[in-house]
Amino acid sequence: MNAILTIARLTWIEARRRRIVLAALICGVLFLAVFGTAIYFIPPRNLDGPNPLMARAQLQVLMLAGFYVVNFLVVAFAVMLPVDAVSGEIASGVMQTLASKPVRRVDILLGKWLVFWLMLAGYLLFMVGGLVGLMWFLKGFLMRNPFPAVGLMQLEASVLLSITIAGGVRFSTVTNGIVAFGFYALAFIGGWIEQIGVMVGNAASRYIGTAISLVSPGDALSRLAMHGLTPSVLSQVQANPFTSLSVPSMAMVWWSVAYIVAVLALATRGFQRRAL
Amino acid sequence: MTGAVIQARGLRKQFGSNLAVANLSFSIGRGEVFGFLGPNGAGKTTSVKMLLGLVAPTSGSATVLGAPLGDWRIRARIGFLPEHFRFHDALTGRELLRIHGRLYGLRGADLERRIDVMLEKVNLREAENRPLREFSKGMTQRAGLAQALMADPDLVFLDEPTSGLDPLGRVLVRTLIEEARDRGASVFLNSHLLGDVEATCDRVVFVKQGRAIHEMSLKDAPSTLDVEVRVDRTDGATLEGLAAFGQDVRLNGCVIHLRVKSDDVVPEIARWLVGHGIGIHALGSRRKSLEEWFIQVMGEDQRPG
Repeated sequence: MNAILTIARLTWIEARRRRIVLAALICGVLFLAVFGTAIYFIPPRNLDGPNPLMARAQLQVLMLAGFYVVNFLVVAFAVMLPVDAVSGEIASGVMQTLASKPVRRVDILLGKWLVFWLMLAGYLLFMVGGLVGLMWFLKGFLMRNPFPAVGLMQLEASVLLSITIAGGVRFSTVTNGIVAFGFYALAFIGGWIEQIGVMVGNAASRYIGTAISLVSPGDALSRLAMHGLTPSVLSQVQANPFTSLSVPSMAMVWWSVAYIVAVLALATRGFQRRAL
Repeated sequence: MTGAVIQARGLRKQFGSNLAVANLSFSIGRGEVFGFLGPNGAGKTTSVKMLLGLVAPTSGSATVLGAPLGDWRIRARIGFLPEHFRFHDALTGRELLRIHGRLYGLRGADLERRIDVMLEKVNLREAENRPLREFSKGMTQRAGLAQALMADPDLVFLDEPTSGLDPLGRVLVRTLIEEARDRGASVFLNSHLLGDVEATCDRVVFVKQGRAIHEMSLKDAPSTLDVEVRVDRTDGATLEGLAAFGQDVRLNGCVIHLRVKSDDVVPEIARWLVGHGIGIHALGSRRKSLEEWFIQVMGEDQRPG
């Protein structure tokens, strides 16, 4: 455990000094500034108007849009943050000094994974806190319990983080980035195939989409999160572009947890065999 | 070898169709400074990596400090400076040593004390709070030496430790190697700078195409002495007479070459020549350098790598 924490500490110092954290925070603050400006000008001005139910629904949709973008930012962060962490250190030879110390290679991977996971969690909480806070401050609308959805978004980020860490063991940095984003794109297109299947009543498309979700569960988790954030009234009338027609099963959560464990196990196996 | 810290038997490493190490067997004793010599591409660095568990051998076996290859726990007693020394350059010198010290299991006041000692030893005290990216090549290499020696290891692998250093830095490395030997540690030195090897190593192994082809002690057996005498005249009887003093007596113009066993023989040769009425214009002797040994062992056909 000490080795994992030391590697985590090293990774954190590196990320901080390389201004990765600062860059992510600046991007986040810029997005929140744009979001805040937009919701300030977009009606309704508050919930005290003639039709508070409609005003609430409009603000809910705006919040969903905000969450949708935050989810995308976190996904991008989950790939870009660790994309160079293993492959770059192997290519430069830095890894030789670490791996020749009395540490297991699995500890090196877990130390890096842990600190990136915490950074993603911190970033997600910061962004969600900003969204909810802005909406409450500017419109007096407080979103009820977004935490289950935030948990699902973090799980989605964890899937991509694990895939990127595992890719770094085998691929060069650029190839790893392409593969990791390719995995996300696969999940994204799988989600659309599934939804179109539901829309037109085509079972084959639905099954293909579900199968793709099992291979790359990111988008399914994202749809599950958005579903959790959508009030049942909005879900039923399909009155927003962020709600899925096909809501993935909660079993996808357990599948994703097992998926992360399996990906990290494969990454460890590959890393142990890798010549450094 | 009794009490061997490294015992390698038939190590072989193949990367695809490229054979990096063919069949490597050697051993290193406790407290020994061991030189591993060979041209570029001879498989020296791959051999070091196999011994450190960074690369798995295709076949063969080895023990390092009594443990089989790949035993990560034994690395608590091993220090390593890689050939292409690259570290996390956002760290300061002190942070680098702190991280590597923690990986060795050092903690708290002991760790900080040890960092102070190592920074002092490698002359980086004044630069300890500067990030490594601002270090010169020599400073980075000295920081690398410090991280390799952080835990007072029983075995140190130094892969080209003086390649980026000025003469003062090279003297520093020699001092550190001697200190390690004095406290009973073994040093595995991989270097192209044969002067450094000659000055520090007890024994060397010459490696060619992934095989150990020659081994020699630099400590116990001083090599023979090459004597060169420029004379005013010579004949067959002179050469026959000089054969009593040494071996390989040759004549090249007016210069006689021969190989003798010790310095004491040189004045005897002078006396014998003068006693036989032969005038001496010049007389010199020198030991065969490691570089000459290297060229001889590797063969004249060896091309620069």
